[in-house]
Formats: sequence, structure tokens, C-alpha cells
Amino acid sequence: MNTILSIAWKEFRDDFRSRWTIAISVVFALLALGIAWFGSAAAGRVGFTSFDATLASLTTLGAFVIPLIGLLIAYDAIVGERNDGTLLLLLSYPLGRGQLVAGKFLGHCSALGVATLAGFGGAVAVMLAMQHDNLTGADLWNIARFIASAALLGASFVAIACLVSVGTTDKSRAAGLALIGWLASVVLFDLALLALLVVSGGNPLERTLYPYLLLLNPVDTFRLVNLSALGDGAGNDLLTGMTAGYAYPMALLVGMQLAWIALPFGWAMLAFRRKEI
Amino acid sequence: MNDAIRFEALGKRYGDFAALDGVSAGVPQGQVVGLLGHNGAGKSTLIKLILGLIRPSSGQLRVLGHAPWGAPALRARIGYLPENATFYANLSGRELLHYFARLKRADPRQVDALLERVGLAHAAERRVGTWSKGMRQRLGLAQALLGAPELVLLDEPTTGLDPQATRELYRIVGELRAGGHTVLICSHLLAELEPHIDGALILRQGRLLAAGSLAELDALAALPARVLLKPRDEAGALIARLGLRGLAATPRPDGRLAVEVARAEKLDALRELLADPAVADLDVRAPTLAQLYDHLGNRAPAVEEPA
Repeated sequence: MNTILSIAWKEFRDDFRSRWTIAISVVFALLALGIAWFGSAAAGRVGFTSFDATLASLTTLGAFVIPLIGLLIAYDAIVGERNDGTLLLLLSYPLGRGQLVAGKFLGHCSALGVATLAGFGGAVAVMLAMQHDNLTGADLWNIARFIASAALLGASFVAIACLVSVGTTDKSRAAGLALIGWLASVVLFDLALLALLVVSGGNPLERTLYPYLLLLNPVDTFRLVNLSALGDGAGNDLLTGMTAGYAYPMALLVGMQLAWIALPFGWAMLAFRRKEI
Repeated sequence: MNDAIRFEALGKRYGDFAALDGVSAGVPQGQVVGLLGHNGAGKSTLIKLILGLIRPSSGQLRVLGHAPWGAPALRARIGYLPENATFYANLSGRELLHYFARLKRADPRQVDALLERVGLAHAAERRVGTWSKGMRQRLGLAQALLGAPELVLLDEPTTGLDPQATRELYRIVGELRAGGHTVLICSHLLAELEPHIDGALILRQGRLLAAGSLAELDALAALPARVLLKPRDEAGALIARLGLRGLAATPRPDGRLAVEVARAEKLDALRELLADPAVADLDVRAPTLAQLYDHLGNRAPAVEEPA
């Protein structure tokens, strides 16, 4: 356990030193503030509208950006060490393969978690300071849920990045695979579901199956966590429209988010344990 | 015999390719042993097997009494300097050693003493990325010594080191031997290694060519010494005279003559040559690894543990 924490702490500090953590925080804060003030520009208004509307738009945008950042921060976790020639040295130390992957995963997740909290939390603080709006309990709950689910979404993609990193022997190949993974989960998956629905004409079987199919994608799960609570609006009409008739228990959604972390992470650990260096 | 490393019929295959093919030998406890071989001879494969990074395809391997594959705890007792050691460039030397000390569960208080020992105390605060190749190599040695391991594996430790640093390195190897540590040094430079090792394992294309103490290897090969002669004036007469005595002399591009002298008559031949007025200068060359290879490689099957 100590070994895992040592590795995690080093990764966390590396992310901080290489300005990753700060850069991500700034990106998140700017996204949040930009959406808060210009999100309703299409409707002819500029200025802060409401936390609900801001969070809804932020969910849509976050669903694109957070996976990408999770993949970018960790795709070279193992393969980078291999390319730099430090992997052999590291594995000559008395640590298990699983410990190395776990440490890397934990370190990058913590960095991303801190950035999520600092970025979005900071943005909320700015909004409050400039709006003098009173924050209701419901708002606070929605904000907390958004930040927590965003951190979990990031962790999912850090885990997927670890899996990619373990499975490849070349950094550029790992980067390519990570990008394909991003495209597949963020764009292609939804398109495929949509096509399925259109082609089949939505027979009853599919209509019952559809809400569960969405859970097979961590990005859609993240959207559902936030949007099923926030309701319609801000470019999410398609998703909410399709799942309107279905109420997801929050426990199921959170469980799926956790499963989407545990699954790729566990796979990465197993794959690395079997690998010969 | 008490062996720190012992392998019997050890083999490692990658598909059809046999990186190691039925190798049996041992490294006695407390000795400095050279692991010699050209590139692709199987040295790195053997090192990885000893570290437990890959699984043997066949045969037995015991390192400090344990099978290394799947036994990470064993590596706390082994220090390893990889070939072309690279490190995290963004950390300082001291930070790096502290990190490695934690991973090895070694006392972090020894870090400063180790930096001092390899002559890096002055650079401890600087980022490793700004260090020279030689300094990084010494840092590699320092991390291999963390936790006073019983077995130290050095893979091409002198690549990139200047002569002064090379001497320093072998001084530390000598200290390790005096302290009862077992050291295995991978190299393809026999001549450089020779004064510092007790014995050697020689690999070629995945097979063991020879193993044993240096004297044993020397006797085994019984290579002729090569004497380089500088003729005082015209070489023809000298060549003819040597020919009469049964010594074949080959002229070299630099004007000198190379003469192969069998071991048994080396001293006699040298006395004669020294007395010969036609010889202006004379050099005796010890057999090189290349010669040893050629010689052993031409013999019938690999020899194990010569008497």
C-alpha cells in the first residue's frame, strides 16, 4: 500500500509540476464561466442566467472535454516509462506490477480530481461573487453532483488510458488508440444508438432496452447523472427526449460510473501482470 | 558451493527464437563475475530472468535461494543498474534517490551518503535532465546500491564514463566484494573487466561458451599471445629469421609485424626477441574477448564448469 501511495504521490506531483493540474483547472474554470455568461447568447441574452442552465450546458461540454483530458493525462503512464527506458529500472524494484498501475492511476486521478474541484469550484465562487445570487440548497446539490460525477468521469478515462498504456509498446500508438477511444465513446457510440433506433423504428423491445444501452457508455452515464436531475435544455434535448419516459435510480447511475472505473482499471492491472517486459 | 545465482538448463524462447538455450552455470556468493558476450548473446535476457521480469521457458533458476518470477519481494535484495540508465529528468538527484529508496523500502537517510560515495553530492539539488551521461551513470550506480543489496547486477556500467569515473566505478565494485556482496557485471569488454573480476560466464547466441574463474578460462582457451614487433630497418630478414624459428610473422599496415607465440614458449621467444638487434620495439597483447570467442566458438559443444 505504501508503495502505491509513493508512486501515486510522485505522479500527482509530476502533474502539478508540469503545470497539467493548473492548466486543466484553468480550462475548466474558463469553460464554466464562459458558459455561465455566454451560454444563452443564442437566445439573444448575454449574462448569467441560472445555475441550472449553466450546469446543463456544462454537462454537454464536459462530456466532450473531460474524457479527452483524462486520456491525455494518463495515456503515457506505462508506455511513456517504457519509451524513456525507466520501466525496466522501475520493475527491478520490489514492487508488484499491479502496484505500479494502481499508483499511476491513483496519482493521475487525484490530479484530475483536484483540477476538477479547483476549476469548477473556482468558477462557482466567481459566479457567486459577481451575481450576489443566493444559492439554494438544490443548486448546491446540483453543483456538488456535477463536480463529483465529472471527477468520476475523468477517473474512468484515466483508467481507460492506463489500459491503452499497458497494452501498447509505443507512445504514438498509445496516443492514437486513446483518441480512437475518445471518438468512439463521445461521438460514435451515440450515433450508433441513434442509427439503431432509426433503422428499427423503435419497436417495444428496443424502447425498453434503450435506456440500459446508454449505461454502456461512461460519457452517457455522466450525462444522465446530471441531466435527469436538471431536466431539459441547453442542447441536451435529444438525450433527455429519448430517455424522458425512464427514471434512472441514482444508485444505478453512480454504480455504473464506478463500474466504468473499476472495469478498465482491473483489466489494465491484469493485462500488465501477465506481460513480459 | 554456495551460489548467489544458480541456473540449470535455463532456456528462454520468444516464438521460434531461443534467446537462451539450455544454460547451466552459477555465480558464487561474494564474487565479482563478468557476464560476457556480444550483442544478442543473451545477456539481457539472463538479467531479466534473474530480476524476474520474464518467465523462463525451461529449466531452473534460483536467485538467492528463490525462483525470481512472480516474487517481487526478492528484488529488495537485488540492486540493478540498467544499460543506458535513464531517469525522470524533472527530478533532482536527491529527490530521485528518495523516491527509489521509498520503493525499495530502504532507509532514506542513506541517500546523501550514497550521493557522496559516487561523487554526486555537489549536483544533488540539480535536475537530472541537466546532468551529463557520466553523472547519470553514477546515479544509476547509487540507486543500485540502495538498501545494501546482497546481489548487484551492473549492465554495461562503464558506457559513457571517462577513465577517471571508470576507475571510481571499479573501486566501488571492489568495496562491494570486500563487503561480501555478489556482483554480476555485463559487458562485451573483457580487457577492461579482466582486472576486476573473479570469474566469468561467456555467452554466445544464447548458449554458454564457458564459465569459471579467469585462470580456468585462460587455461581452457590456451590462446597464443600476440607479440607486435617494430623492425629496426628492413623487415624481410627478420621475417625470414622468425620463420626459421617456427614463428609466422604477419606484416601489419603500420609497418609492425604480428607474431603469434604459443603460451608454452612465450617467455623463451620473448627473451630471444628482446635480444634481437633487428627489433626496435616490442608489445605483448593479451588475448581479447574476440579471440576467446573465435577460439571457443570453433570448439565442439559448450563447456560447462571446466575443472
